[in-house]
Amino acid sequence: MKPGYEQIYKRPETLLPKRMHYCPGCFHSTIHKIIMEIVEEWDIQDKVIGVCPVGCSVFAYDYLDIDMQEAAHGRAAAVATGIKRMLPDKIVFSYQGDGDLAAIGTAETIHACNRGENFTFIFINNGIYGMTGGQMAPTTLEGQKTTTSPYGREPATTGMPIKMSELVSQLISVAYVERVSCNTPANTRKAKRAIEKAFKIQMKGLGTTFIEVVSNCPSNWKCTPEESLEWIKEKALPYFPLGVFKEPAKEEVE
Amino acid sequence: MAETRFMKGNEALGEAAIRAGLQGYFGYPITPQSEVVEYLALQEPNHNYVLIQAESELAAVNMVYGAAAAGARVMTTTSSPGFSLMQEGISYIACSELPCVFANIVRGGPGLGTIQPSQSDYFQATKGGGHGDYHLIVLGPNSVQETVDHIYLAFELADKYRSPVMLLSDGAIGQMMEKVVLPDPIEYKPDKPWATTGKTPDRERNIITSLFIQAEIMEQRNLKLQEKFKKITENEVRYEEYKLDDVEYIIVSFGLCSRISKKVVDQARESGIKMGLFRPITLWPFPTKPIEELASINSVKCFISVEMNAGQMVEDVKLSVNGKKPVYFYGRTGGIVPTPDEIINHIKENLL
Amino acid sequence: MPAKGYVEISIETCKGCNLCVIHCPTKCLALNTSDTNSYGLHYAYMVDEDECIACQNCAIMCPDAAITVFKKVS
Repeated sequence: MKPGYEQIYKRPETLLPKRMHYCPGCFHSTIHKIIMEIVEEWDIQDKVIGVCPVGCSVFAYDYLDIDMQEAAHGRAAAVATGIKRMLPDKIVFSYQGDGDLAAIGTAETIHACNRGENFTFIFINNGIYGMTGGQMAPTTLEGQKTTTSPYGREPATTGMPIKMSELVSQLISVAYVERVSCNTPANTRKAKRAIEKAFKIQMKGLGTTFIEVVSNCPSNWKCTPEESLEWIKEKALPYFPLGVFKEPAKEEVE
Repeated sequence: MAETRFMKGNEALGEAAIRAGLQGYFGYPITPQSEVVEYLALQEPNHNYVLIQAESELAAVNMVYGAAAAGARVMTTTSSPGFSLMQEGISYIACSELPCVFANIVRGGPGLGTIQPSQSDYFQATKGGGHGDYHLIVLGPNSVQETVDHIYLAFELADKYRSPVMLLSDGAIGQMMEKVVLPDPIEYKPDKPWATTGKTPDRERNIITSLFIQAEIMEQRNLKLQEKFKKITENEVRYEEYKLDDVEYIIVSFGLCSRISKKVVDQARESGIKMGLFRPITLWPFPTKPIEELASINSVKCFISVEMNAGQMVEDVKLSVNGKKPVYFYGRTGGIVPTPDEIINHIKENLL
Repeated sequence: MPAKGYVEISIETCKGCNLCVIHCPTKCLALNTSDTNSYGLHYAYMVDEDECIACQNCAIMCPDAAITVFKKVS
């Protein structure tokens, strides 16, 4: 460190010193970093248990220095339910992509929310199946080209992209729903605050907490990371607006 | 305290699980198994276990996965179509080596089938069931009492081998009422340093996974599992022999069928036929060696596998007998329970 | 006048995604297009050491947590 300077930002030590396998510019890494910043700042390494999905972030446990379980495709909500019910004093989160949470695992998602399971969903919505090679997701935008919608998603036969935050916020037992993104520094800061708030609400036992992150996939969107931010701003956010859909009263959280 | 009660099989199963230190039950109603979840729901306020009626068997088995990996003593129960749905999770559980207990109160299949008792899930239970190379330890109780005893044993074996253990019961044993002696409750204290309970500074993080994407590492995991299965095969084979001295005709049957077959043996003996019964109690590991030894006895003329299916365990009997003696089969399907008379008539008409 | 801040970027951790560069309000970061790390990727570096204001935007946007930010002690 140069003399006369102080360190004000560093990689959290709870994020293991490994090179993550994600493509350049992928928000998976950003979200991993944010979660681990919270774990480090709050000193809750012994309290947090995470559940990995199937998809690109299937290897999240390689990087996060906390106890983790790997779930079958779509079943992370059921697995997280099992953990949280056995260890109610821990902070449990499931980390799931759109195929995982909103296609193959929709039933598990909806019913965990409906029971008010007291864990945090971190839902990474990038509108595409990353690991399997860029196929259509339930959240793929109208007209968006993927390897299984090569001429663009056709709503007449595939429906419209599913809005999970709007959907789960209708369920009475859900305590907190917010949609965030990491496409700008301000939004990334907000995303971190949302996850912090979700953990806080979880610790209070107020019900299900659900954070949707509008994410990117430069490799399968076939663009540069910079262009992926443009796509989010121009195409994704008008359809998936950011904001709080549901939250408990302030005095309940504090 | 140990106590004697008159109980329905499914309710006794639930009570046994409570006494064996159950911490989490995750299930979904299905006939003829629903009394287990109903009984546990009724008893929940008096005990410390968690009960969730899941949205499906798929969710239930994955709750079992999460809870078992968190170190708890957990169980789920279902019947045939539900057990098919659970296969995904069981494969993951087997690979991740999570101790937990399953009970399949079998009904007739395939498909939606029937709600009457059957043994037609023998293949599914003993040959793996889901994808990949694995086995569950499979116990085949033939009474309400044994259901209770096997639940205790199942939890014990699950912890001992870090393995899923299942009871392959059926709709009749689940529904029948019998006198049962309930053992003393266990105060269960898990000793599972591998469980995901929150990483403390004194240890590395615990990861529960069935994903080993490099072929060499996945092969190592498979070899580890096979080593465990070998150990289980060497140590845990259980069976019962009935009137096998001087025997010429050996019936092999398990579960409900073994009780019917006992009657067949008694009737045969009364009419001078030297018949006996061999009952596998562990369906996996299968009692191969004891059957092979019986097949080597000169006076033994043949084996007859009697099952409530179209002929499933008979394949394991044939593998055990290994060509030394003829192996025959008699069975009923679709939820039909054979009578002693029809079995003995079949044997007399076709095999003697 | 010394800069208000500076950053250190781990060359080997950087994947050259450029998200830090485009979000630097004072344009003091750039992608080194004449060199690569051992993974064959161009990496970001401080092209103008005088302009950093220690706003942390680069580090917050960096998916790979490759950036450490230092601020002048006032």
